[in-house]
Amino acid sequence: MKLKTSLIALTLLMLGSLVLAQPARPQLRVATFPDLDRAAKAAAAIWAQRHPGIELKIVSMQYADHHMAMTTALATGSGLPDVMAIDLRFIGKFAASGGFVDLNQAPYNAGTKAGDYVRYALMQGQSRKGAQLAMPADIGPGTLLYRKDILDKAGVSEAEITKDWASYLAAGKKIKAATGALLMADAADLRDIALRQGLKDGEGIYFDDQGKVLVESERFRRAFELGRAARAAGLDAHASAWSNDWAAGFKQGRIATQMMGAWLVGHLKNWLAPDTAGLWRSAPLPGGVQAAYGGSFYAIPKKAQHKDAAWDFIRLMTADKAVQLNSLRVLDSYPALLAAHQDPLMDEPIAFLGGQVARQMWRETAARVPATPVSPFDVLATTIIRDEFEKVITRGKDIATALKDARELIERRTRRRPGRDA
Amino acid sequence: MSPPVISRRWAPYIFIAPFFLLFAVFGLFPLLFSIYLSLHQWNPAEGLHTMHWVGLENYGYALTDPWFHDSLYNTVWFALVSGLPQHLVALPLAFFIHQRVKRGRNLLVGAYFVPYITSSVAIALIFTTLLSKDYGLVNAMLAELTRIPLLGSPLEAVLQSRGGAIDWLGDADTTKPAVAFVVFWRYLGWNLVLYLSALQVIDKDLYEAATLDGAKPWQQFRYITLPLLRPMMFFAVSLTIIGSLQLFEEPFILVDSERGASQSVMTSAIFMYRLAFSDGDFGTASAVSWLLFFLIAALTWLNAKLFGSDARGEHAAR
Repeated sequence: MKLKTSLIALTLLMLGSLVLAQPARPQLRVATFPDLDRAAKAAAAIWAQRHPGIELKIVSMQYADHHMAMTTALATGSGLPDVMAIDLRFIGKFAASGGFVDLNQAPYNAGTKAGDYVRYALMQGQSRKGAQLAMPADIGPGTLLYRKDILDKAGVSEAEITKDWASYLAAGKKIKAATGALLMADAADLRDIALRQGLKDGEGIYFDDQGKVLVESERFRRAFELGRAARAAGLDAHASAWSNDWAAGFKQGRIATQMMGAWLVGHLKNWLAPDTAGLWRSAPLPGGVQAAYGGSFYAIPKKAQHKDAAWDFIRLMTADKAVQLNSLRVLDSYPALLAAHQDPLMDEPIAFLGGQVARQMWRETAARVPATPVSPFDVLATTIIRDEFEKVITRGKDIATALKDARELIERRTRRRPGRDA
Repeated sequence: MSPPVISRRWAPYIFIAPFFLLFAVFGLFPLLFSIYLSLHQWNPAEGLHTMHWVGLENYGYALTDPWFHDSLYNTVWFALVSGLPQHLVALPLAFFIHQRVKRGRNLLVGAYFVPYITSSVAIALIFTTLLSKDYGLVNAMLAELTRIPLLGSPLEAVLQSRGGAIDWLGDADTTKPAVAFVVFWRYLGWNLVLYLSALQVIDKDLYEAATLDGAKPWQQFRYITLPLLRPMMFFAVSLTIIGSLQLFEEPFILVDSERGASQSVMTSAIFMYRLAFSDGDFGTASAVSWLLFFLIAALTWLNAKLFGSDARGEHAAR
């Protein structure tokens, strides 16, 4: 009998400790990724102050791991956090999952606050039927960063590199001849931005609102031609973004300009090329293109346990001016909240850009970027276009054929799986 | 009271259960589920309930896909260009080491074997650094070589035609050979060890007898060594076929998947990965994995035919 009693006692003890091990107060689980997690961590103190009853638990995984884990969580409907951070690249795919709360509905009513946010960013968080599935936290107004010292040495003015694409490439030849520096890291960067030229509000990049594939349009043909011309003239370093050669290119001053989101300034300053502080300047993208690079969002899964608290957290991260400005300070992420755009912080000179008051210019860009709807197949189309472009610049494939092949392949890949909408 | 006793009848099953449970969950279930999946259309981001039956459509879709054709071509190309030399080099090398190297043999064989046991991430880091376009050692050496008379000017011309330096892992023309070389380098030691171990069990008397009969070293290699190595050759080639058709790691980490050139090293395994994890088409990806399985089975069978049925027998040579 003694064994039996002790077994019962042990069981009771274990059960008891299980109960005790349960968190004393409810936990709000936020799944995010670096560097965005720093913004959430920076706001943790404010959260603790305002919501002492709910513990904030920030789970951060590497960019790819995070989005993979979230895909799995959405697939199985288990392990979903209360708040999910999503990068722009995955918004389309995730939005099609139908696994998120429509924030336009009560009690969230995000629609009434629509005017608070940068318009294009808000639209990126919407499904095709207009459900608001994610709220924008930060945006990436597109800019042309350039090394002023290199341009000066070559006698090239800012106007020459921003006027239009022809002038940009001509300036590149001058820079190369005078300094040996290359105009850009990768010809693909040029193609990628040029194909956004002339996009109108509401127009998709790869698909129109009927789902028709647009890659055989003049827009793409021109972008391919420009990219090919840059490669043919030897103006790019063949270094794709985030590669070692790319980083080394900045450190050693071999790359004279880079088109990217304004947030790249933070990366250059912190790790890519800290020694080049003061040598860079920010200019509008060539040819008057208004475009954006990247952006981060927050969404609430339908299976979240603490939806109200989740919404409070999202409001804190996206609608609180002080928090938004702090994110700008902490990680150079440009605020999606319009109120933050009017803060004196925007008029501060940026030391890394030689004291330029660049944030005002980025604000202008953010206001002008056309609102382009996001398709779940954007990533797929981007990959296919990228591969066809490679064939054009390295194998000499004819552009018209390449674009036709790209259209056929995109149609083939998307026809079977009509993007479901929430 | 005595502690509860598990009856003798059930004890063996309970003791063996942990393995079978783990195998069922992590081995058998995924295997069967992938068959089931290959007959459905499913994007995991949309939840389990969106899975719907399409029969064999995924197989037809994969077989007619231009990227699948490209990937098969790449896979076969790698199997030939990196797989064949592995054996053509490992076999004579093993023979040479077996015959001539007495002192420091273990060290030498160990040196050849090290790449095989090195983590692929470390290998990728080293080779991306070595093969970097502007800062790599390989290109620096090539640049030095251009100073040598005779060799210099044609090399210079080649480099100039590629914009001054070769973009080994970024240019569709050079990525394939570069990756094939790394694969070759990595698995050479493995095959060397296989052949060496087979050589060591060949009876020395055979060679002595042959020497007495006046057979020259080449004849000894051709008429004694090669026939006796046949079972091991069959085994090693089978492993290379299977490994080559499943090639994923090296091309995947050596060539940045964000670059256009990654298309030129897209093996069938990478295509499968892309379908599943980038396009979210798990059904077709599963179908591709089964097509790949059938291909491997067919080629292994063909290999067995080629080496003759006796090659598989343990006592084939006796």
